[in-house]
Amino acid sequence: MTANMEPLDVAVSRINTGSTIAAGLALEHAIPFAVGHELLRQGVGELTVVGPISDLLFDQLIGGGAVSDVRAAWVGNVSAGTGYRFREAVENGEVTVEDHSNFSIALALQAGAMGVPYLPTRSLLGSDIFERNDRFTEATDPFGGEPLVLVPALKPDWAIVHAQRASPDGDVHLWGNTGIVEPAVGAAENVLVTAEEIVEPAVIKSDSSRVAITRDQVTSVVECPFGAHPSPVTGCYNRDNDYYLRYNRQTETANGFEDWASKWVYGVSGREEYATFVDTDLEITEPTVAAEVQYGQ
Amino acid sequence: MVSEDYTDRELMVTTAAREIEDGETAFVSMRLPLIAFQVAVSTHAPNAMAVYESGVIRDAPADGFIHTMCDLPNLNRAVATTGMIDIMSRLQRGDIDVGFLGGAEIDRYGNLNTTRVAAADREIRLPGSGGACDIACMADRTVLLMPHESRRFAEEVNYVTSPGYPADGNGRDDHPAPGGGPSALVTSKATFGFDERGELYLRTVHPGADVAGVLAAFPWEVQTADDVGEGTVKTTSEPTDEELELVRTFDPDGFWT
Repeated sequence: MTANMEPLDVAVSRINTGSTIAAGLALEHAIPFAVGHELLRQGVGELTVVGPISDLLFDQLIGGGAVSDVRAAWVGNVSAGTGYRFREAVENGEVTVEDHSNFSIALALQAGAMGVPYLPTRSLLGSDIFERNDRFTEATDPFGGEPLVLVPALKPDWAIVHAQRASPDGDVHLWGNTGIVEPAVGAAENVLVTAEEIVEPAVIKSDSSRVAITRDQVTSVVECPFGAHPSPVTGCYNRDNDYYLRYNRQTETANGFEDWASKWVYGVSGREEYATFVDTDLEITEPTVAAEVQYGQ
Repeated sequence: MVSEDYTDRELMVTTAAREIEDGETAFVSMRLPLIAFQVAVSTHAPNAMAVYESGVIRDAPADGFIHTMCDLPNLNRAVATTGMIDIMSRLQRGDIDVGFLGGAEIDRYGNLNTTRVAAADREIRLPGSGGACDIACMADRTVLLMPHESRRFAEEVNYVTSPGYPADGNGRDDHPAPGGGPSALVTSKATFGFDERGELYLRTVHPGADVAGVLAAFPWEVQTADDVGEGTVKTTSEPTDEELELVRTFDPDGFWT
């Protein structure tokens, strides 16, 4: 089984209103903003968004009215703190939030990936994240007698991942920190990969150790240069810090968000046109090249 | 000694940096700790390691300013760029010596709230835990960093995002979380310890601050070093010239400091 290699709009059209999507899985690194903006353009709604630290992606989806439920550990703007669209939507009762810690969301997905109903942890005990969420259960370790929290498995409809390169078949190289990419990909029913570059399968097979996702896990693979801007992508481009600060100032009100979105989301046909708006120099200044690795037989 | 002025936050960074001992593994979170680890590893703790919840592991300063743990200078020439299950598993095993936490609210037992606070007529939603709850539950000890503002010191926090010590006075002995709990609070005016019962006490005041002024920000009668048999309240050590220069190298525009 291989993935469908297709344009971004076609891939995103597979995501239905009401879906549960896991995204922003590598934390502040390689966030799939291009997919988020296409979801808004296509008017996909009632999404349940799942993630650890979403750093603006969820704020933008919420601001665009695409989200009904949030299951996350942290939603905001890492540089500036507040994500105003998230904050206002929660305070107005427009979205519900299931609060997690980073580890509990990781374990929920890891359990999904492992095909077990739950995983135990020694975190959360004594916190209101545990006390105020009926989904978690306290249990006693049957072997040692210690208290544990059982985190039930979570299997999202979609995991959305941005990577450096992929083959047309959907085998994916990614490098840099991975956050909870692996457990989310393992747990999800479908995976959408956007890649900076589509490469020959031989390139992927030349370095098997770097393969993080295999074709049988992937539903759609999309060539999408600059698909993670304003977040950084190792080896490709730096974080656009000014963008995060500007977004914070511009989206304090709903009207401000509409103005922002009318330019950056609805005012462009796709990522290529979007990229023309970015005039900050994000080029990496130290293109560190890994020492050669030899495989053989 | 220093010959020039420094900001409250620069002093907070250097004070936090001194909480990392040589050879320790620190769980480094956002904002000031990003700078504090780099100062520590450049001065008294050259053998310290940093782990970040994104999966990054470092043993040296980044070669550029970092807004977040995932900025490319922090990934470049890292020891490893792994994933969260790996990092959190090390934490859960008990391998992390010290973690750093901030909060919107703190109570006398070091319970922290970063989830939602009550305002005059409504509740204000904050970003949430991230990895803070996990660090609070499972690190051997935690160091808390907060601006010294009276609205942040609460008899009871609105939401316990990151547990400190229980109010029963037994410290972490009966507490289900395996970590050791908070060992210090560094504010913009003072430093605090936690006594064996887990209650906050004033340890030092920063240069220019006075004890009465520091304590006036709290809604409860805060213990001092004298009350817990640790001598008297001293003055916080100022940053050295070397430390200040490092802070300004790692945060050249003063974005975090």
